Amino acid sequence: MMLMGLYNYWIVVVLMMIGFYIVIAHGNLIKKIVGLTIFQTSVFIFYISTAKVDGGTAPILVEGINQYSNPLPHVLILTAIVVGIATTALGLALAVRIKEAYGSIEEQEIQKKDNQSC
Amino acid sequence: MLAHLPILQVIVPLLAAPLCLILRRSSLVWLFSLIISGIAFLISISLLQQIMASGTIVYELGGWDAPWGIEYRIDKLNAFVLLIISAVSTVVLLAAQTSIEKELPKDKHTLFYVLYLLSLSGMLGIVSSGDVFNVFVFLEISSLSAYALIALGEDRRALWASFQYLIMGTIGATFILIGIGLMYQMTGTLNLDDLSRRLPEVAHTRTVFSAFAFVIVGICLKLALFPLHLWLPNAYAYAPSIVTAFLAATATKVAIYLLIRFTFSVFGLSFSFTTLPLQILFMVLGLLGIFVASTAAIYQKNVKHLFAYSSIAQIGYMIVGFSTSTVTGLTATLLHVFNHALMKSALFLALGAVMYRIGSVQLSQFQGLGRQMPFTMAAIVIGGLSLIGVPLTVGFVSKWYLLMALVENGWWLVAVLILLSSLLTIIYVWRIFEVAYFKPPLLETEGIKEAPISFLIPIWILVMANIYFGIDTRLSVQVAQAASQSLFGVAP
Repeated sequence: MMLMGLYNYWIVVVLMMIGFYIVIAHGNLIKKIVGLTIFQTSVFIFYISTAKVDGGTAPILVEGINQYSNPLPHVLILTAIVVGIATTALGLALAVRIKEAYGSIEEQEIQKKDNQSC
Repeated sequence: MLAHLPILQVIVPLLAAPLCLILRRSSLVWLFSLIISGIAFLISISLLQQIMASGTIVYELGGWDAPWGIEYRIDKLNAFVLLIISAVSTVVLLAAQTSIEKELPKDKHTLFYVLYLLSLSGMLGIVSSGDVFNVFVFLEISSLSAYALIALGEDRRALWASFQYLIMGTIGATFILIGIGLMYQMTGTLNLDDLSRRLPEVAHTRTVFSAFAFVIVGICLKLALFPLHLWLPNAYAYAPSIVTAFLAATATKVAIYLLIRFTFSVFGLSFSFTTLPLQILFMVLGLLGIFVASTAAIYQKNVKHLFAYSSIAQIGYMIVGFSTSTVTGLTATLLHVFNHALMKSALFLALGAVMYRIGSVQLSQFQGLGRQMPFTMAAIVIGGLSLIGVPLTVGFVSKWYLLMALVENGWWLVAVLILLSSLLTIIYVWRIFEVAYFKPPLLETEGIKEAPISFLIPIWILVMANIYFGIDTRLSVQVAQAASQSLFGVAP
């Protein structure tokens, strides 16, 4: 029962760990950014799912309805999504520049070239 | 007008940033940014005066009442940090035009100032806002612009450093976001002041514990606390000199502010320090940070790398002061925040001047610079002495207070270790002196002249501040003490 009732948190945690693992384990910069995006998205789902009130509807004033879901986390996440997109865009732009400068987007090769030039 | 100062502090640089794009001409944009930063500085002075005279200022955005609307709450701690950020930013900007002319291609100049102002307004926003989600958004504004600023560095390693910083910084910010979500879930509020009143009721729950853990780890990533510091050295070393001087003096200080704000004001002293072993944890990490980073600094060949590692060590001192959880300890931390901002901005600006003349900051290139660039090198000497903590410099004042706090707690061993760590500082600072003063100039750097006056003025303003606040400690000590007393709830 406990497990089923909290299923949204399980999804969040599993997604978060998948994202985190990709960031740490993969050497490819694009894969790192994908992992980072999954990591951030899991947090968005966390916010949005906690806003749901059982039996509540969308927060629009209609006669006969007196229970609403909480709209505030949605608004917050709208902002956080914008921040996330900005981060992804900047990360990708950096990856492009790194590809131009190093000729590779693999972490190991970049490290190797850095060590040679030192 | 005076009533709107808290919001003007943030909004002026935020609005000015896109305006730079209209001005376009590099020198005009520089003047404009300098004026904007100067205005922010004046606002922060006036805010500090108001607060010291009449207490906390509360500003409601759009006139909405506090828990519903966003509130800017400026108390002594905020005003103190605001003053540090805006002062350093203004002085550093004085040298910006000369430095970036040499280091950046012409078409990037305007964009540089846009990013600089965005980063500045982000940091000022973090410090002034009284709403946790607002803090997160401003944190991302300042961090995103900082990543881009670092990536402007000439060396291709700047790109890689910026990318690593982006990954680490985003993970940190997302951790903070998770913590904010958990806190909101338990209390239904995002207002810092409201949170501090509602959190104690639910303080025993595991949700609040995990919220605390997420927020603290997130902040420590931004702070570059010892095991989470890996992004810092390269980011500082390969960024343009002006960016290093600005970020080294401000970015980590803002994170320290957040750490203090969350542990003391939001979660409360008893929760942060008695239910969790935060005291011992921070003390050990702080000390490890001091020793590991100082030792690493000794072996660096690039002087910017050297001072970047020394920054990590200095953060260690602040964290040790913080871990004592006494009024004196926190005063020492705040003083060191102020003093370290003065030292590091002076040192990195002086390195910027060396970069301007020689085009490199490798230690081997420093040979004979003591005679060729006497004023710049004298500035590095005084900054270095301040790092060591020689009397009559600011470094002495904060170390003195730190030692007092440690002795007060009876932590003699820690006090001895702190004194020993100063020896390590002497070693890495001495390496620079030795090369610069006791070795003949290299053939290739023979015709090098003193740095231009536009560099020397800001460098020496900061150096004089290093000495002035080392002798006349009234302003810094008084404000730092008042701020930490108010955090502990002791009547000043």
